[in-house]
Amino acid sequence: MRYSIFSLARNALSYHEKWPEAWRSPAPKPAYDVVIVGGGGHGLATAYYLAKEHGITNVAVIEKGWLGGGNTGRNTTIIRSNYLWDESAAIYEKSLKLYEGLSQDLNYNIMLSQRGVLNLAHNEHDLKELSRRVNAIRLNGIDSEILTPTEIKKLVPIINVSPDLRYPILGASLQRRGGVARHDAVAWGYARAADAHGVDIIQNCEVTDFLVEDGQVQGVETTQGAIRAGKVGVVVAGHASVMAAKAGFRMPVESHPLQALVSEPIKPVLDCVVMSNAVHVYVSQSDKGELVIGAGIDAYTSYGQRGSFHTIEGQIGAITELFPIFSRLRQLRQWGGIVDTCPDASPIISKTPVDHLYFNCGWGTGGFKATPGSGWAFAHTIARDEPHPINAPFSLDRFSTGVLIDEHGAAAVAH
Amino acid sequence: MFLIECPWCGPRDETEFSYGGEAHIARPVGGGHDMTNAEWGHYVFHRTNPKGLHRERWVHSHGCRRWFNVVRDTVSHEFLLIYKPGEKPDLPALPKSPEPPDGPGR
Ligand SMILES: Cc1cc2nc3c(=O)[nH]c(=O)nc-3n(C[C@H](O)[C@H](O)[C@H](O)COP(=O)(O)OP(=O)(O)OC[C@H]3O[C@@H](n4cnc5c(N)ncnc54)[C@H](O)[C@@H]3O)c2cc1C
Ligand SMILES: [Zn+2]
Repeated sequence: MRYSIFSLARNALSYHEKWPEAWRSPAPKPAYDVVIVGGGGHGLATAYYLAKEHGITNVAVIEKGWLGGGNTGRNTTIIRSNYLWDESAAIYEKSLKLYEGLSQDLNYNIMLSQRGVLNLAHNEHDLKELSRRVNAIRLNGIDSEILTPTEIKKLVPIINVSPDLRYPILGASLQRRGGVARHDAVAWGYARAADAHGVDIIQNCEVTDFLVEDGQVQGVETTQGAIRAGKVGVVVAGHASVMAAKAGFRMPVESHPLQALVSEPIKPVLDCVVMSNAVHVYVSQSDKGELVIGAGIDAYTSYGQRGSFHTIEGQIGAITELFPIFSRLRQLRQWGGIVDTCPDASPIISKTPVDHLYFNCGWGTGGFKATPGSGWAFAHTIARDEPHPINAPFSLDRFSTGVLIDEHGAAAVAH
Repeated sequence: MFLIECPWCGPRDETEFSYGGEAHIARPVGGGHDMTNAEWGHYVFHRTNPKGLHRERWVHSHGCRRWFNVVRDTVSHEFLLIYKPGEKPDLPALPKSPEPPDGPGR
């Protein structure tokens, strides 16, 4: 069924009780051409582009919990493409362009809101670094500009630009095309569109091992039995190391808790995204009125989906200094996800030492913005058994060739 | 928030400590002049990152400033063993810790 104003009106007449389910929940078949492990946004997008771009529809997405229950449904949904290096610009901008047409492409409202993303500078060095990045970004044909404190104050009247701040605001970069989208909708939209192409989406099924013969993957072992597959793509974020160990190799990632929280809802006061590397905070206001505030990672590794209280405390200290009017708000809820951080703060979309086994991981604290581009490039890599030029630089072998893509500047704040 | 038992100072709040990553990673023998790029990559970048028991280093930054090793469960966050540099007691035998309950995300 196509979603439209007419289907909405028709279903209103039957009190919204007759909507068909958005995707089937089939039992797994004994074999598929491609099995995708992990039903987050990236896994579902991969399945969708395998079907749409490469005509490969005999595909299953296997998710151990529910769709988007990992980092996809836990992130603060900031979308932007203002990264320093050409390689990053290419893949993040590809993502942003796909995002811009995604609601139409999927026939599913992902509620993309290009409200602008501000990155604050608090000292001379920040300012120089931001200017360098803005120049690099513009050379790549991506929108980005520098704002003065007066211009920032005009855009965000509630922000504190007083020079008396411990970390005063000296300027900011602004990407106007950046913004936020609804995270669940991205997962559900891709799931529904992939399902319409014939992709089987299998929830509550954990992949426990790989079937490998003569150095080539033959399928996966799951809690619902063995499933054979010509090719297997693994997109499990924080669990990348766990899955790699089962296949007999290591991934250069470490899993850390990343927390976020929302305040009680208030009237609209903030209509863009504000982030700061130096005091480490990022905030936006949801359509419901809650402030969505992201924290930093905890230093220790974890699979526990929760972090330490003092990490949250640090965020609150920074946010209330930047926005004094937030100081009396109450916190509504708080949660954590497990992010797979890579040594160079860039992702891995790559072939592996096992033939026909592919990994997509290392997105760490900032992969929601990349969901469409990541799925698009990963689908190409799986379908052709070779990376697309867009993701070739993000191969696993960069950790032995030394050709790292250091994005610690653009990704220093977790988002 | 952890209560961490410094082997020299006793139990102190987590905020007094810094995390030092995976423990017992031996430096390449003889400066590693014969090592391949892949071996160097492995040494520098590839960690075990296990789900379960993890041997790791902590330093009491805001206390005695001394390093020590611990065995911590990366799911329950429980500190199971704490020992001084130069020691390496066997891993404790433990039942597999249960999966954490998935709270509502957003
Ligand atoms: C608090 C927080 C805030 C963030 N903020 C932002 C932000 O503002 N902007 C941004 O761009 N990014 C942000 N991120 C990062 C972003 O959420 C992730 O990079 C992105 O969502 C990863 O998507 P994914 O599909 O790869 O992973 P996930 O959504 O985690 O999906 C992986 C799936 O694999 C499943 N899985 C794992 N093991 C198995 C198995 N053995 N068998 C079957 N299934 C398995 C998991 O259950 C999970 O559903 C944030 C992350 C967090 C935690
Ligand atoms: Zn001490």
